[in-house]
Amino acid sequence: MGASKKKDGAKSQKSAPKKKQKNELFVVKDAVAKEDDLSDHSDSLNEEVLEHASKKKGGANSQKSAPKKKQKNELFVVKDSIAKEDDLSDHSDSLNEEVLENASKKKGGAKSQKSAPKKKQKKEIFVVKDAIAKEDDLSDHSDSMNEEELSEDEEFDGDEQDFGSDSDIFSDGDDPLANDFLQGSDDEEKGLGSDLDSDSNSDSDSDSEGSDIEKKSRAIDAEKAREEEEAGEEMQLNIKEESDEFRLPTKEELEEEAHRPPDLSNLQRRIREIIRVLSNFKALRQEGTARKDYVEQLKKDLSSYYGYNEFLIGALVEMFPVVELLELIEAFEKPRPICLRTNTLKTRRRDLADILINRGVNLDPLSKWSKVGLVVYDSQVPVGATPEYMAGFYMLQSASSFLPVMALAPQEKERIVDVAAAPGGKTTYIAALMKNSGIIFANEMKAPRLKSLTANLHRMGVTNTVVCNYDGRELPKVFRNSADRVLLDAPCSGTGVISKDESVKNTKSLDEIQKCAYLQKQLILAAIDMVDANSKSGGYLVYSTCSIMVAENEAVIDYALKKRNVKLVSCGLDFGRPGFIRFREQRFHPSLEKTRRFYPHVHNMDGFFVAKLKKMNNSKPAPETSEPSETVEQGSMTNESGSGENTEELMDGTTTENKVLKNGSIENGKKETLAFSKNRKKRKFPSREVISKEREEKRRALREQKVVGKRS
Amino acid sequence: MTGVGIAGESISTKSTPKSDSSLSRSPHSSIFQTKMRPLDEDETKAVFEKLFKFTGNNLKNIVENPSYEGPGSNPSRYCFRINKNKVYYVSESLVKRATNVARNNLVSLGTCIGKYTHGGSFHLTVQSLSLLAANAKHKVWLKPTSEMAFLYGNHVLKGGLGRITENIAPGDGVVVFSMSDVPLGFGISAKSTQDCRKLDPNGIVVLHQADIGEYLRMEDEL
Repeated sequence: MGASKKKDGAKSQKSAPKKKQKNELFVVKDAVAKEDDLSDHSDSLNEEVLEHASKKKGGANSQKSAPKKKQKNELFVVKDSIAKEDDLSDHSDSLNEEVLENASKKKGGAKSQKSAPKKKQKKEIFVVKDAIAKEDDLSDHSDSMNEEELSEDEEFDGDEQDFGSDSDIFSDGDDPLANDFLQGSDDEEKGLGSDLDSDSNSDSDSDSEGSDIEKKSRAIDAEKAREEEEAGEEMQLNIKEESDEFRLPTKEELEEEAHRPPDLSNLQRRIREIIRVLSNFKALRQEGTARKDYVEQLKKDLSSYYGYNEFLIGALVEMFPVVELLELIEAFEKPRPICLRTNTLKTRRRDLADILINRGVNLDPLSKWSKVGLVVYDSQVPVGATPEYMAGFYMLQSASSFLPVMALAPQEKERIVDVAAAPGGKTTYIAALMKNSGIIFANEMKAPRLKSLTANLHRMGVTNTVVCNYDGRELPKVFRNSADRVLLDAPCSGTGVISKDESVKNTKSLDEIQKCAYLQKQLILAAIDMVDANSKSGGYLVYSTCSIMVAENEAVIDYALKKRNVKLVSCGLDFGRPGFIRFREQRFHPSLEKTRRFYPHVHNMDGFFVAKLKKMNNSKPAPETSEPSETVEQGSMTNESGSGENTEELMDGTTTENKVLKNGSIENGKKETLAFSKNRKKRKFPSREVISKEREEKRRALREQKVVGKRS
Repeated sequence: MTGVGIAGESISTKSTPKSDSSLSRSPHSSIFQTKMRPLDEDETKAVFEKLFKFTGNNLKNIVENPSYEGPGSNPSRYCFRINKNKVYYVSESLVKRATNVARNNLVSLGTCIGKYTHGGSFHLTVQSLSLLAANAKHKVWLKPTSEMAFLYGNHVLKGGLGRITENIAPGDGVVVFSMSDVPLGFGISAKSTQDCRKLDPNGIVVLHQADIGEYLRMEDEL
């Protein structure tokens, strides 16, 4: 029993029956040792076993944990034999049965498990059974056993091919066993041999076994360590090969690839490899290739794998570091979650959420920055066709569309103009924020889209809106300087909403972007002209696009800053990324960092850009073509609502002059805060002051002359 | 500003001439009304008749409702305007500022409540629902199971009826609600309340005229 305990300690625990077996086998071991005179039998047995083994020797695989298993097997074998040697007939019979049972159990186990050791054990047991049976002089038994074994072996054959390898080991293991229990084997079965020796030698099985176990375990460990080392080396070799081998494909390879249909997994692998190299360029670069080559190849791979055209990929590569670029492109492949906005004119978010959940919609509040947004994960009913939708309780809108209206922050009783209003999501949000007070002018250029705009307005219960159908660039003629706030959600190339519209990937070219940019510049100037700089509560313009191109965003704002008396203010959206201040060779005004950019891979909403401008002055700065400054002044002055003075009034008295000067200085102050303003503006201010001063001096001179003249 | 009487007096709240000679014709040739202008007498009568069917004496509320729209802080009144065959219920302050917009470019003001057909008759559209629902005299509530049927444009059957107000006469305007008091549409009653009780479950109680499902089904025709 002590021996069994030790054994248990030495090895991992097995199932109870096995342990019992061990005990019994242990006992039997001794008996077996004394059965030297059965060596003949054992020889013959051995031969038979060998035959069996040879049949299965087919699949000889290298097995790394072979020694361990073999040892286990050997032990089992030994135990088995010992066990059977105990009570020759009865015991052996019962044992045989037990072994059979166990074997069958194990067989069942083997079928579900693929672990080789157990199979080997079974095999060993069977083989040993055979040996033992024969040693029992129960030829009948042995014959029957043989038959059984054969049949079972055949079954085994059918089951697993591993048995082939098992048999290999078995045969090896059997050899020492069969030939001479007491012989030690010099190969992997060293431990077993010693074990056998010790077992056969002395009665004090436990002690010898203990030391043998230690030796065995040390041998096992050594084996293991060796294998691990080898495996590690192999892996290193493989890795080295891979990284060494990652080189850019040569021209011939590329040509070849072009002829074949695109191999997506290869492309994907190459993309990731190039990104890995680029992120640690010094260490991983291939000798003799420049960064540019890698980037070129990456661009080509990305465009063919994801379906982009060259221009767009080039633009994206310029804007983002390579790792982020891949994240962005991956994010564009997936749709953003559906959002809806509660119509606060008719209901509250909590109530709406309850109603929709009852209908079977799975939703959550959008984020902490929105009190009216809900995001829909999935739904049993179509979200766009519920009775609540038709009653105007909510609007389906993407999360990014909330942002420009939040930045605009319309107050009650203000005058708002929405330059590109269709289909009306933002307009209705503005009306909800204003609680149907004030007035909104919703303009839309394209007639077919007007229908959806008016339908949405009526559906959501908006009553303070006038819908008109102008080209945005003509709007200033209608609304000059009369709006408190203006929202311009400009038509753009749509590069931020690729997840909604895949055609953007391959239809946008530099031309289109430039056309969009030109239109946007005209629109923003028109929009600025509609804002009333002297409005009590406003004077703001919000410009937004659903594009991530710098040419449509920062460049347009910069243009507006140069052309009009506006300045950038903070949007109030602190969770976006600040806009670019410089990009490639362009340099923008530093206040552009107050604009905000949103990306799908960072914020989980469509690509978006928002900028908020405040109009400082209703006058327009002088255009580049030099008109006489006086006329320009007059023109600008008549435009100003603040300063009621005319140039004639300037002429009268010092007080008005002071006023004018004050006004001028105030204006100068305002204008000078726009430090970036070009020289022509600066030229203007001094000219105004200078001119008035000059005039004053002239007047004084004239008066003095008159006085002098009178006197004289 | 003159008040508006229920009997259908003409509305003249502005000094703009009521008749633009080149354009004004009888309301029945309403195809030619391209400029936004107040309703003339006949038109006003037609509109108010229709409204009266639904609201009864509450028509006063509709007309005299103070409106908080427009930039001024004093509430102004609502008025009706007609533009391209559509009649709009709009606050005066809005109207004043909408004159900036050229007539060819003006699409909608405030709330559209109905339109004139080619034949010259006036029909209320679903967009007037919120206005009607607030002032309705006769109401009907539908069971949840028959909500969708009504929203597809079918008539209200007795089997779908949850509640009904008393004293409905045939031919009255009825506003249809869901059991959670969400207005679903409106129609004309086919039977009186008394008769409804005796009706078999498939009998029509309210003839469908407009419902909110039209926002999805017939967006183009609104």
